[in-house]
Amino acid sequence: MFTILLAIAVLVILALIFGAILGYANVRFHVEGDPIVDQIDALLPQTQCGQCGHPGCRPYAEAIANGEAINHCPPGGQATIQALADLLDVEAIPLDGDHGEETATRVAVIREDECIGCTKCIQACPVDAILGAAKQMHTVISDECTGCDLCVEPCPVDCIDMVEVGVTTKTWSWEKPQGITNSSLNIIATDRTSEPSSEVLH
Amino acid sequence: MEAVNIFSFHGGIHPPENKAQSLQLPLGRPRLPKELILPLGQHIGQASRPLVKAGDKVLKGESIAVNNGFLSSYLHAPTSGIVTSIESRPIAHPSGLSDICIIIEPDNKEEWIPLSPLNNWQEEAPTDVLAYLSKMGIVGMGGAGFPTQVKLQGAQKNILKHFIINAAECEPYITADDMLIREKTLELILGIEALQHLVQAEQVIIGIEDNKPTAIAKLNELLSERGSEIQVAVVPTKYPSGGEKQLIQLITGQEVPSGQFPADIGVLCQNVGTCVAVHNAIYLGQPLISRFTTLTGDALKAPQNVEVLLGTPVDHLLDYAEANNKKLHRLVMGGPMMGFTLDSTAVPVVKTSNCILAATKKELPEPDPEQACIRCGMCEQACPASLLPQQLLWFSKSQELEKAEHHNLFDCIECGACSYVCPSSIPLVQYYRHTKSSIREAREAAVKSDLAKQRFEARKARQEAEIAEKEAKRLARKAPAPAKAADTTKAASKAASASAAPAANAEAKKLKVDVAIAKTKLKKLQKQLLEAQENEHIEDIQALQLQVTEQEQQVKQLDEQLAKVTAAQAPAASASTAQSNPAVSAELKKAKVDLALAGVKLKKLQKQLVESPDDTELKDKISSLEKELSAAQALVDKLSAAPASNAQEPAAKAPVSAELKKAKVDVAMIDVKLKKLQKQSTESPDDQALKDQISGLEKDLSAAQALVEKLSAPAPEAKAPAAKTPVSAELKKAKVDVAMIGVKLKKLQKQLAESPDDQAVQDQIANLEKDLTAAQALVEKLSAPTPEPKESAPAANAPSAADLKKAKVSAAMAGVKLKKLQKQLTETPDDQGLKEQIGKLENELKDAQELVEKLSAPAVQTSTTQATAPLAANVGDLKKLKIDAAMAKATVKKVEKALKKAEEIKAPEIDILRQQLVEAQKRADDLEKALANPAEVKAEVAAPAAPSNANEDKKRKIDLAIAKASIKKAEKNIELLKEQGKSEEEINSSEWPKKLEEAQQKLDALTSDEMPESVQTATQSETKEQDKSPSDLSALSLEELADKIKKQKIAAAMAKAQINKLNKQLANEPESASSIQQDIDAARQKQADAEALLTQLTDAQAKAKESQ
Repeated sequence: MFTILLAIAVLVILALIFGAILGYANVRFHVEGDPIVDQIDALLPQTQCGQCGHPGCRPYAEAIANGEAINHCPPGGQATIQALADLLDVEAIPLDGDHGEETATRVAVIREDECIGCTKCIQACPVDAILGAAKQMHTVISDECTGCDLCVEPCPVDCIDMVEVGVTTKTWSWEKPQGITNSSLNIIATDRTSEPSSEVLH
Repeated sequence: MEAVNIFSFHGGIHPPENKAQSLQLPLGRPRLPKELILPLGQHIGQASRPLVKAGDKVLKGESIAVNNGFLSSYLHAPTSGIVTSIESRPIAHPSGLSDICIIIEPDNKEEWIPLSPLNNWQEEAPTDVLAYLSKMGIVGMGGAGFPTQVKLQGAQKNILKHFIINAAECEPYITADDMLIREKTLELILGIEALQHLVQAEQVIIGIEDNKPTAIAKLNELLSERGSEIQVAVVPTKYPSGGEKQLIQLITGQEVPSGQFPADIGVLCQNVGTCVAVHNAIYLGQPLISRFTTLTGDALKAPQNVEVLLGTPVDHLLDYAEANNKKLHRLVMGGPMMGFTLDSTAVPVVKTSNCILAATKKELPEPDPEQACIRCGMCEQACPASLLPQQLLWFSKSQELEKAEHHNLFDCIECGACSYVCPSSIPLVQYYRHTKSSIREAREAAVKSDLAKQRFEARKARQEAEIAEKEAKRLARKAPAPAKAADTTKAASKAASASAAPAANAEAKKLKVDVAIAKTKLKKLQKQLLEAQENEHIEDIQALQLQVTEQEQQVKQLDEQLAKVTAAQAPAASASTAQSNPAVSAELKKAKVDLALAGVKLKKLQKQLVESPDDTELKDKISSLEKELSAAQALVDKLSAAPASNAQEPAAKAPVSAELKKAKVDVAMIDVKLKKLQKQSTESPDDQALKDQISGLEKDLSAAQALVEKLSAPAPEAKAPAAKTPVSAELKKAKVDVAMIGVKLKKLQKQLAESPDDQAVQDQIANLEKDLTAAQALVEKLSAPTPEPKESAPAANAPSAADLKKAKVSAAMAGVKLKKLQKQLTETPDDQGLKEQIGKLENELKDAQELVEKLSAPAVQTSTTQATAPLAANVGDLKKLKIDAAMAKATVKKVEKALKKAEEIKAPEIDILRQQLVEAQKRADDLEKALANPAEVKAEVAAPAAPSNANEDKKRKIDLAIAKASIKKAEKNIELLKEQGKSEEEINSSEWPKKLEEAQQKLDALTSDEMPESVQTATQSETKEQDKSPSDLSALSLEELADKIKKQKIAAAMAKAQINKLNKQLANEPESASSIQQDIDAARQKQADAEALLTQLTDAQAKAKESQ
């Protein structure tokens, strides 16, 4: 009888001790906020364009964490969808066309002669990338522009163009090789023929 | 000459050399092409910035583009001619893209600019020589085009063991370096010697492959002839022994660690072409305008090496080498292994083009189609960088960028050995290149999205702050309104009761309102300041900071007054305290304000110091301020201690206080010693003796402090009520805390100055500063109630003497500061902030001097006469008058300055300014007259009205200050507009002149309006007693009189304002001068009338009061 009671007492004491430890750990290592939102937010392109229907990238990240589809971000495109799919362990789905198409990187450019200095675009810019004052010409700091399009709509004289950022020698990158193509499947290394046959192939 | 040990590197391949073809013919020199195309980005780093424009004539060797940043280079005209355009042209780049180029059309005269060789390069400082090389446009000519001076600078960071000259030239087909060594052996040696002089390496080695026997022989011959220290290391032919890291490993046996540079292991590598270019620059004064290039390939009939001007189009060279366009299959710039295919023959030769390979189809066949990897491992065997090409290929194919990076993808030198040996003909290098670009792109995108996020969040925070502020403003606007309403109702009830207490109540209320206004203003100013700091408007920041400090002071004063009034209200019955106590408390207040001010200044300077830790001037200022701060604290201590001791019996206290003083002095002295030792110890932290001394002193210090505490504690105990002792003890403790924190803070700041990047120290400082302010607040809180329950002191003399002393000290201090600032000013005459500070200090000095004069005068008086109530009030009034006079003088001076400036720029405001000057002078004169005739003042000051008058006066002054600040702002803005070159009309159309005018009107109204409200309140309490009027005017009641005075004053002010306005109009519209002049005359008349009536009324009022 004593043994049973002893066993029960030991178990109870152990339970209390571990419960205390767990309770303490819960308080001590409490994580503020939702870390998954931060991770999703880090993958989004931060253009703050609102094409997903949320006012900025973080709200969309929160929405994704709450179960919204991951294919509502045109600026991020398929690469972002893939990254999100990898992170959330879901299937990568094609971009939802309702929210816009994936385009090349663009920046806003103000046709400065036509600008009337209304400051409407300045108020619209989510990243403060437009410089100007009332009744003064405005201009876009192209390095800061995320190409979100939000300044185009409010302009009363339609003097803002979205211009594609061309590739320069500094931003150019090597193309990925084609890889193993159909033509290469026919050829075995030992069968490799010299010039005449290759000419025939072409 | 001792032989150099040759080591080996991992991997490598032996492709067919194909070097003989281009060595058949001697060095060729093609004639000038029709045009030279000079890309601005011929090197790694920032593209150069063009110096010329289309149509300019340039001479051979003239600079046509300058470096655009640290990692950039100069560019020179390769021949004399005309710049036809600066435009986008296809350049030699694997992408085939175009970039900005300077196009020069040669005039075929080859006219050199005057050459100035660096003859005394051995005497010149190495940095000067490096700068010279940079100006000569010399970049690494081996392949990457790294600016040479940057590389040499990097090499000087570590002790340089090996200086390796790269002459290996391992790539097939290329023989440009071989030919260069043969043709320019002496130049090469001289260039190497010059570079060796710059870098002072222990060993200079020329690394050359054994497939260049002619070049090796020539080198050895010349080197032994000259008895040179330079060694020649002949390395076996193996691709890619010419790679920098591979050659270093071959010659030194050391591997350059991943992610590091050769300089990190004490090695510097330079190409032979670079050495010859250095020779040309130093000995001949010729910039880098030409290079040796190999023209080879089966498609050329005359393959050869040529010395070619930079910018020569490739098709010109192909023509020169008699290319067969039918046979030409693939045109490659660089070698067959690492070169890239050119899409166009119009691209120019640049500083890094070592070969042009015009290959036939047989020579460079199309690559075979890629097959699956069979995991043979040959690529691993061939890789000279000891990487795992297979793994890298998997990661590249599956876009696993992180893993690729972990497998050191960025150590790949893209030599192509793996692709060469691959039996499946997988273009491995292309995969790696693609992956490298992807990683770089991802990094850039991450940086950009981080930036966007930051900016987005900053914007959100700003918008929220704006909304919150608007809300706060709305609340602030709401709050004063009911307060005022309550005020008026109170005033009515007050008139009925006519007792002293409600008056005090009303006063308190008014003070509260004042405090609220002042605080709002302060908040606004602080916000402006913050904004200015954010936007980096330096001029604004300084002005605003001054204003903020002023406003802070005002708020503090008002707060203290309020506290005083409320405190005085409670024990109103037990009032009857003598004048000495208020004097002391006023003194204390002032000292505290000084303290706070000094603290604020100190903090500001410290902040500056953090930003620019090397500024000794700042440090000096800080130390002087710290001294001031401690002095002010000491004064506060003394003063707050004084009332307590005043209450005691002097006889009993004297010895104790003397002892206390001594103890305090001891503490201070020990403290100083300790500080000195601590400083020494920071300089030499290992000195044990010092540490011992420090700890001893610390013990002494604590003992002395204990003594001080002990002594100061019983003193008040002896007499004062029990409740007071703990407070004063606490006070002392708090003060000691303040001092200790101050010392700590100072120490940390010193540390910070030594290591400005230390985040921990900065944090500590911030914490300490917080502590300090908290402690200071505690001190203030504790010392505030002490003066309140004071006994009547014997005489007003003692405090006034103390006052005098203090005033003198502050005058002297201000003088010293002024002098220092002036000295700074002479050093930096353009510093607007300094000038402002000087102006402020001058004013302060004047004030202080006047205070000294004033105090020394009544001191005599007080000693003879009894310190009675009227006299005290009188003194206060006198002080006020003097301050007014000083202010008026300052205004005069300011207006004079402004006038001078206006005359300089011929601004239209000259007339207005002149008038202002006259007015200000008049006012100053009036005030001085009033000062000179104190009797009059005495008569003028009616005793009961005095305190409320003073408060009113304060309020008025605040208003005045506000008005002045707004004027200043408006003026500054106008000036700014002028500087921006805006036309007069634009300025007038902007809002600022209007604002200026408004502010001026307000100011005028304020200056002329002599506190009508206070007169009202004063008269309200006297309404019942008004009678006995000698003249017809004073037949009116006092109240009516006051009303009239007020009205007349307003009328006068309005007239003045109108005059001002009209004057401005006159200046702006000279065509309607006559009519405006008439208006002005009328307004003047009105003003004169009003003023005359006003004098009559005030006389009557004074008489009425007197008769009362």
